[in-house]
Parts: sequence; structure tokens; C-alpha cells
Amino acid sequence: MPAASITRFPRHDAIAFAVLAVLILAVFPLALDIFRLNLVGKYLTYAFVAVGLVLCWGYGGILSLGQGIFFGLGGYCMAMFLKLEASSPENTAIQSTPGIPDFMDWNQVTELPWWWMPFNSFPLALIAILLVPTAFAYLIGAAMFKRRVGGVYFAIITQAVAAILTILIVGQQGYTGGINGMTDLRTLLGWDIRTDSAKLVLYFVNAALLLGVILVAVLVKRSKLGRILIAMRDKEDRVRFSGYDVANFKIFVFCLAAAFSAIGGAMFALQVGFMSPSFVGIVPSIEMVIFCAVGGRQSIFGAAYGALLVSYAKTAFSESFPELWLFAMGGLFIAVVMAFPNGLAGIWKSHVEPLLPRLFNRLRPLPAVTPAASEAAAE
Amino acid sequence: MTDDIPAKGPYTLNRRKLLAAMATIPALGMLGSSRVFAQDTSTAAVNTTGLAITDTEVTVGILHSVTGTMAISETGSVQAEILAIEQINALGGVLGRQIKYIQEDGASDWPTFAEKAKKLLVQDKVASVMGCWTSASRKAVLPVFEQYNGMLYYPTFYEGLEESPNVIYTGQEATQQILAGIDWVVDTKGAKSFYLLGSDYIWPRTSNKIARKHIEMKGLKVVGEEYYPLEHTQFNSVINKIKLTKPDVIYAIVVGGSNVAFYKQLNAAGIDLTKEAPLLLTISVTEDEVLGIGGENIVGAYAAMKYFQSLENDNNKAFVEAFKARWGDGIVIGDVTQAAYLGPWLWKAAVEKAGSFDVDKVREASPDIELTTAPEGYVKVHENHHLWSKLRIGHARLDGQYDVVYETADLMEPDPFPEGYQ
Amino acid sequence: MIGDYTYDQFFSILAMQGFAGLILFSVFVLMALGLAIIFGQMGVINMAHGEFMILGAYVTWGVSLFVTSFAPALFPIYFFFAMALAFCASFTLGVFVEWAMIRHLYRRPLDTLLATWGLSLILQQTYRSVFGAREVGVSLPDWMMGSLPLTDIIEVPINGLFVMALTTIIAVAVALLMYKSRWGKQVRAVTQNRVMAGAVGIDTKRVDRMTFGLGCGIAGIAGSAFTMIGSTGPTAGQLYIVDTFLVVVFGGAGSLIGTIASAFAISQAQSTMEFFLSGSMAKVLTLLTVVGILMLRPQGLFTLKIRR
Repeated sequence: MPAASITRFPRHDAIAFAVLAVLILAVFPLALDIFRLNLVGKYLTYAFVAVGLVLCWGYGGILSLGQGIFFGLGGYCMAMFLKLEASSPENTAIQSTPGIPDFMDWNQVTELPWWWMPFNSFPLALIAILLVPTAFAYLIGAAMFKRRVGGVYFAIITQAVAAILTILIVGQQGYTGGINGMTDLRTLLGWDIRTDSAKLVLYFVNAALLLGVILVAVLVKRSKLGRILIAMRDKEDRVRFSGYDVANFKIFVFCLAAAFSAIGGAMFALQVGFMSPSFVGIVPSIEMVIFCAVGGRQSIFGAAYGALLVSYAKTAFSESFPELWLFAMGGLFIAVVMAFPNGLAGIWKSHVEPLLPRLFNRLRPLPAVTPAASEAAAE
Repeated sequence: MTDDIPAKGPYTLNRRKLLAAMATIPALGMLGSSRVFAQDTSTAAVNTTGLAITDTEVTVGILHSVTGTMAISETGSVQAEILAIEQINALGGVLGRQIKYIQEDGASDWPTFAEKAKKLLVQDKVASVMGCWTSASRKAVLPVFEQYNGMLYYPTFYEGLEESPNVIYTGQEATQQILAGIDWVVDTKGAKSFYLLGSDYIWPRTSNKIARKHIEMKGLKVVGEEYYPLEHTQFNSVINKIKLTKPDVIYAIVVGGSNVAFYKQLNAAGIDLTKEAPLLLTISVTEDEVLGIGGENIVGAYAAMKYFQSLENDNNKAFVEAFKARWGDGIVIGDVTQAAYLGPWLWKAAVEKAGSFDVDKVREASPDIELTTAPEGYVKVHENHHLWSKLRIGHARLDGQYDVVYETADLMEPDPFPEGYQ
Repeated sequence: MIGDYTYDQFFSILAMQGFAGLILFSVFVLMALGLAIIFGQMGVINMAHGEFMILGAYVTWGVSLFVTSFAPALFPIYFFFAMALAFCASFTLGVFVEWAMIRHLYRRPLDTLLATWGLSLILQQTYRSVFGAREVGVSLPDWMMGSLPLTDIIEVPINGLFVMALTTIIAVAVALLMYKSRWGKQVRAVTQNRVMAGAVGIDTKRVDRMTFGLGCGIAGIAGSAFTMIGSTGPTAGQLYIVDTFLVVVFGGAGSLIGTIASAFAISQAQSTMEFFLSGSMAKVLTLLTVVGILMLRPQGLFTLKIRR
């Protein structure tokens, strides 16, 4: 990347950030009814994962096909807290053991297991949401990267871990709710999260968190660390020979991506009102990668648009042509890899950006609206 | 009751529709008790909660998976529901309104189910929803239906432990399927020991829990209980265990693709089910599943269901004929498909009894709704929103159909929270 | 007495479980061989591997329908044609896919993961549109069903024997092809040093294409064989795919011996544990052990020294 573009980055990023912020904080809430807005909120939780993937895949060159693990862990930590709150002895009086989650009762579990205990407390649950997935990512990352495992190998192993976690959750249904997941989550600290007003508030909390995460990601990208990541991706050995401990950087960025995903998962559980193993497994994990790839694997902002666009397409397609959805999705995977490896961001850079200066000169001071933004706004 | 045929009907019926319509003529009987002639059926009167109802149309939702792993099972339910709706429309609809349906795809993905359920209720304002198949999908949509006060007609036999005011369960809850089946195998086959086998999720586990209690209360023995992950394809180990423990009955609740693998491997391992040593009793293999398993792999097994395609009665004859006319000759109809077919009819009956589409009134009217024309015979809605139904034992034939060898004399009461079995 | 069993029973258990493990082993090898060849040769993980298998299964199903209606006399031996055809179908599709897609992505192995995943979605939906969402039942000739009783307890399923024999034949054939033929020498040369192999005049592109086709073709045969023991439906390929990946990764990339060894270890471990634990726990424990070992030895059991 030429030096000139590096100095231009801040202004660029600032504009992109502002456009995205206006879009999700003002345009969507004004243009959409609460039902659609809640859907957008759900899509945006995937954007957390996609942003994490941009850092670790687009910049670090580490493709994880197991981001669902962290999304799921974050979501489950939140869901466990909410489920305990929903399972007060009064609410569960018809059970043979009141006061424990309903699925435990169905499975003859008569006592809350010890590892559920911390989730009685909201602060501890919040800590767990961040800590558990990150620690797990550290374990995987440390084992793999210290031994210089990467590339396709790493992708497959993360995928296997996702599969194992799914089987484990499904199999231990007395403790995890099994394949049904944790359903019927009602209140957060006494505040009913199912009402329309709560959905609206949660949408904004989610949007603000996403913008925060994007900000962190941009800072990482612009820091020396970001530079090292790119160098590592392109020529790992040279970085290593320059005296950097490549593994530690990889572990760090992998953990960061995991933490992002976990926040997304927790917000998902809050907004959708349940969590199930179908977000942990292989299929959702790969879908999350495609969000990132469509947006542009090296574009933090592109990732957010990619998550929005693909999820929206999924909803729209399966409403009108359910049979064609898999064709469209499969085609998207292939097209984005074969024809547009840099995704929307790449198209923007190569086709729209060259036009902009001319546009600016003529129509100053018209604000720049990205194609993704205008398309998404047209929803 | 033929005078119930509506006078208005500017339809150009083609052969299919005609057949479908003729098939339901006996179905008119159900209107009998609940018919109130001096009803006010203006839209303002029958729809006070802003549902999607016009003077000529009422909208309902169909919510099943047509993509993903569950599409295999749910296709039949969709077909049955569409058939029922078309038949009802051919007869003049509900309260003089034609039923329009909006079909949504749950994509075998539980959150998608919840999302679509919400769309149907909030955006489309449907008057009721026929849908869901797996327990997981039902659990996912349940809070949505309760929050937005929708009405769900749920067709699958399931584990019980639930009684929502917003769901009518047209399939059997666990005790209705299990207790009489075990009684039968003990009484007529003299079974003394059982091996319980299932896929690893809530329905098989709960069902086997009830089965085990029932078996042990009779003083008989459970010699093994085993669960395999949902998509497991290798059953040789458990087959070896069965051979060693030599149970009289294998009680199998394996589902999905695992089913095919299990029966093929059982057959290959030299366990000939026609010899009934051991005998196999299943509550998870309908005619639909046999298609994939292959008749030669399961011939001789017994299934405990409330409905089999081969059931001999006039209702069923008409139903099977109409179903084949609508969806093709090669099709088979399983227990759940029939239960799904009941959904629209039960809803219609409840709406007409209530004289209103309002969900609250439909709910109030639902208990004691009778259907004399159900393919499975007479059914009635219990106060707990489940159906009174019979249990039948089918004996698998080589051609993939079942011979009905036993049916309970009386309708069995649904008991979703069975005392003493928890 | 050992536990609840007599000695006689105990040895029968050992024998039967060993045999069950061997069947599982054969299944794993059949699944993983094609994947391992492609992975070892090109560093490409073919996520659509399961769908190539199911193509073979559908071909077998088609042949069985064709034979029953047009040439019932051939029914007892139709399975052999079916396997040959299944190989051809998957091979052809594989070669086509390599030409249309994979060859453009050799420099980006991670992208092939995504592209082949897309391919697998498209194939699944194609199967669903063409053959219907329901599973199809493939009927087998009588001689392939049933079992051979050895003692009162021990019975050997014939289709299990068939799968084992098939696996042996294919594994030997692949080994001969790889280590004795001129073509195999080229493949190994390309695997070990692509640039040098090209420099000495090997047509690396052609070798790549044939290797990919061969891997897919073996998947087709596997699919054909699995109609005997498993289900044939649009998404059935997904049932096997995780196990397959783990076998290949555990074995060590690019090592055929490693693949076979890892298939053996995983299958025996799983089948033994299944006997003493419940099915679900056995699966989780097996997978956990595998991942645990991979954490300690991420490169797998066997590794090749490769210059890329």
C-alpha cells in the first residue's frame, strides 16, 4: 500500500464511519417499522463477527471457520443469565423442582449445576460473555499458532471444534437445553425485553456497541499492530526474521475477533430472545465468513454492509423464492471468491471511487453515499 | 348434510379440484353441532383485532421448512395443509371467506422460524398459522405466538410437557403414543424385556423416560437405553449390544437420516424383524420415512401411531384419493401429514363455532370441537388443546405400507403432564 | 466372568466390536481417501466432497431403477455397473469443477474452501430440485443383504464385508497408482515441489485436474457403497463431512498412510467407546481426544516434508 494512501486513511475512515453511523442510528430507525428494525438489529449482530473476521482473516490471514463458537459462547452466557432470571421459583412453580430452568426439570436435573451459579449475577455474566470466549480463543490460538499451524489446517480445526461444541451442547441437554436451545427469555434485570420499546432501546445499544467495535478495529488497523498483521499475512517468515513473535500477534487478533463475536452473540440473545446450538455449528460459522467476504475482506466498514446485505438477501429470498435461496447463496460464495475477491469494498474502490473527485468538483459539498449504504437504505 | 353445499360457487372446477371437493363432502358433517345460522358475518363483527380479513378473504400462514434437513419431513405437512385449505375453499371457505395462505420457509433453522412467525403475525396479520414440525422450532416460535397472541396448529407427535393457550396440538403427546403401544406388545406378544434406543434430543429422551416408567411399573425389565447424536450413521455397536442383551422388544425412536442407517444396518446384521426375535416397536417411522429406509429393511417392524395410510374407513379413503389427485400418485401419507391435514379443518370448525376470527374467541371455542370426518376417524379437542385420539399398531409390509393390526377401543385422553411419569 | 459377561460372551463382544470398528474404519477410509489425495496434492480442501459422494449415491439409485425396469436379469450384479458409473459421474463433475473453478484459485487455498462450500450448497439444492427433498431408498440384490452366522452371537453382515473388500481394493489401487505408475510419480513430484516439477516438463495443470477428478471419483464410489449402509438424500453428504475432515487432518496432510492410520485409530476408539458408554458421549469423547491430540501435535500423525 503506497504511503500516500496511509496518510489519507484517517479522513477516509472518518467519512465512512460517519456514513455508517448515520445509516444505522438515523436512517434505519426512521425508515423502518419496529419489526424490520429488530431484524436489522439481528443482522447487525452478525456484523460484529464480520468485523472480527476482517481483522483476523483480511489483515492477519487467519481464516477461522469457527467464529460461531465464540458467537455461540457469548450468546449462551447471556442466555444463561436471562434464563435464570426467567426461571424464578414463581414462574416455574409447576415444575417438580421450581427455580431451575425448565429444560433441566424435563431432564431430571434437580439442582442448578455449579457452573451455572455465576450467571445469577449480571456483572459476572457480563464478564463471562467477554472472558469465556476470549479464553477459549486463547487456548485454541496458543496451541495452533505457537506450533505454526495456519492456513487451511487452522480453518479445518476450528471447524471441527465448532462441530464438537455443537454435539456437546446438543448431547448435554439437561444442562444446556439441547437442540431446542434456551428459549423464552423474558426480562433483563426486571426489564421486559420483548416489548417494542425494549427492542428499540436494544437496537440502539447494539448499534452503539457495533460502532464502538468498529472504532476499535480501525484503531487496531491503523496502529503498528495492524501494519505487522498485514506484513505477516503477506510474508510471515520475513516478519519472523525481523524479530517479531508472529504467534503472539496472531493469538491477540484471534482473541480480539472472538471477543467481538461474543459481544455480537450476547446482543443476539438479547434481541432475538433465545439462543440455540444452530448458531454454533459449521454452517453459521461459514455463513459469517461470507458476510465478511461479500463486504470485502479487507474493509472493516464493508464487513458491516456485507452482514446487512447478505442477511437481508437471505430474508428476502426465502420470503419469495425459498427454493432458490441455496442457489443464490452458493452462487454468491463462488462469485465473491472468483470475480470479486475484495467484495463490495473492492468494487467501490475500483469503480466508484475514481468517479468521486469529479463528482466532488462539480457538486461540492454533496456528501458521499456508498452504494452499499444507498442500497441498504432502499430496504 | 348435503344441503350445506354453498350455493355460490362460480368456480370452473378442473378434475383435480373436483376430486378434492368431492372428497370432502363427508367432511361437512363436522359443521353440524357448531353451526349457528343467524350469524352476523360482516367483517367488522368477525374481526375485531385487525387481522388480515376482508369481506371475501381471510389470510392464514403456513410455516414449515422447505429447505434444509427438515424439508424431507415437513414437505408432507405443507401438502396436507394446502390440500385442506383448497378443499375448504371449494366448499365456500370459512364464514363465507376464501382462505388465502402465505407460505413461509423456516429453513430447518429455529431462529428463522421465530423470525417468520413474527412476520406472519405482525406484518401479515394472519388469522392462524399451521406449522412447525420439530420441538425445537415449536419452542422457538412459542414466545412469539404468546406475545402477539397468534394461533398455531402444530401437527407433530411430540414429548408433551407443554400446554400453551396459543397452540392446538393436532398430533399425539407422548403418553398417547407410548402407553397403549407398550401395553399391546406386553399383552399380545408377551414381551418381558425392552431395549430403548433413540436419537439424542428431547422427544426421544422424554418418550423413553415415560416408556421406562411404564415398563418398570408393569414389573418388566429395561435391559438397555441408548442415545446417538442426531445425524449419526453408524449403529453397529448398539446392534451388538442388542444381540448380547437379547431383549424381547427393541423400542426405537431414531429420527431423520440416522433412521435409514439404523434399519439398513440392523437388517444387514442378521436381525430379521419378521421373526420378531427381537420384535421392533417404533414411534418414529411413518410411511414417509419408510420411503428412504426401503420396505425390505423394515418389513416386520411394528409402529405405534394414530394414523396409517392403509386405515380402512370412508374418511380416509376419500382423503387418500384427494391427496393423490392433488400431489401425485406416488406419494405416501404418514401420521404427521394426516395430523397436519386436521389443522385447517379444526380451525375452520372453531371459527364457525365462535362466529369470529378473533384469536381469543377461537381459543375459547376450541375445546370440544369435534371432527367426525378426520381421516383417522373421530377426533375431539381436549381442554388442554390436544386431541383425543386412538392408538393403532401397524405392521410394516414389504411395499412400505403398514397393516393395522390393533387399535385401542376408545379414544385416549391427552395428558401432556402425566402424573407419575415425570 | 468379566463384569456381567461370561468369557465366551466377552470374546464375542471383542470380536463383534472389532468387526464393527473395521466397518467404520472402511467407511472412514473410503470417505477420506479422495479428500486426502486432493488435499495432499493441491492443498485444497474440497468442502463439496460430501456432495460428490451423494452424486455417486444418486447414480446408484438411478441405475437400480433402470435395471429393475429394463433388465431385471442383471439386478444381482447391477451394483458393479452402478459403482463404475458413479465413479465416472463424480470424476467428470470433478474435472469440470477443477476447470471452471479450482484452477483459478490455486494461489488462494482459503478461497477454495469458500468456493467449494458455495458449490456444495448449489449441488444440494440441485439434488433437492431434481430428486425431491425426501430420501430415496436404494434396493439391493438379495445376495448383498443379510449376514453370515459364525457362532450363535457373532454374525458378520455381508454388506460390511463388501464395504471392507471395496475399501481394500480401492486403497491398494490408489497406492499402486501413486507409487508404481508414471502418473503417480508425476503427482508426487508436483506435490513435493511444484515449480521444479514444472521445470522438468511435467504438465502440472493436467496432473492437478486428474488428481482432483480422481479424488472426486473415489468420493462417488464411496457414495455408491454408502447406499448399502446409510441414507441417500440431498443433505446426506453433510452427515459424513465432519468426520472426514477430522480423519484427514488427524492423519496429517498429504499422507495417505497417515489418513489410513488415523481412520483406524478414530474408528476403533469410537466403536470401543460406543460399547462402554452411550453413543453421544462416545462421539464427543472421540472428537475431543482427536482435537486434544491435534492441539499437542497440530501437524497430525504423519507429515510430509513439502516445499511450497
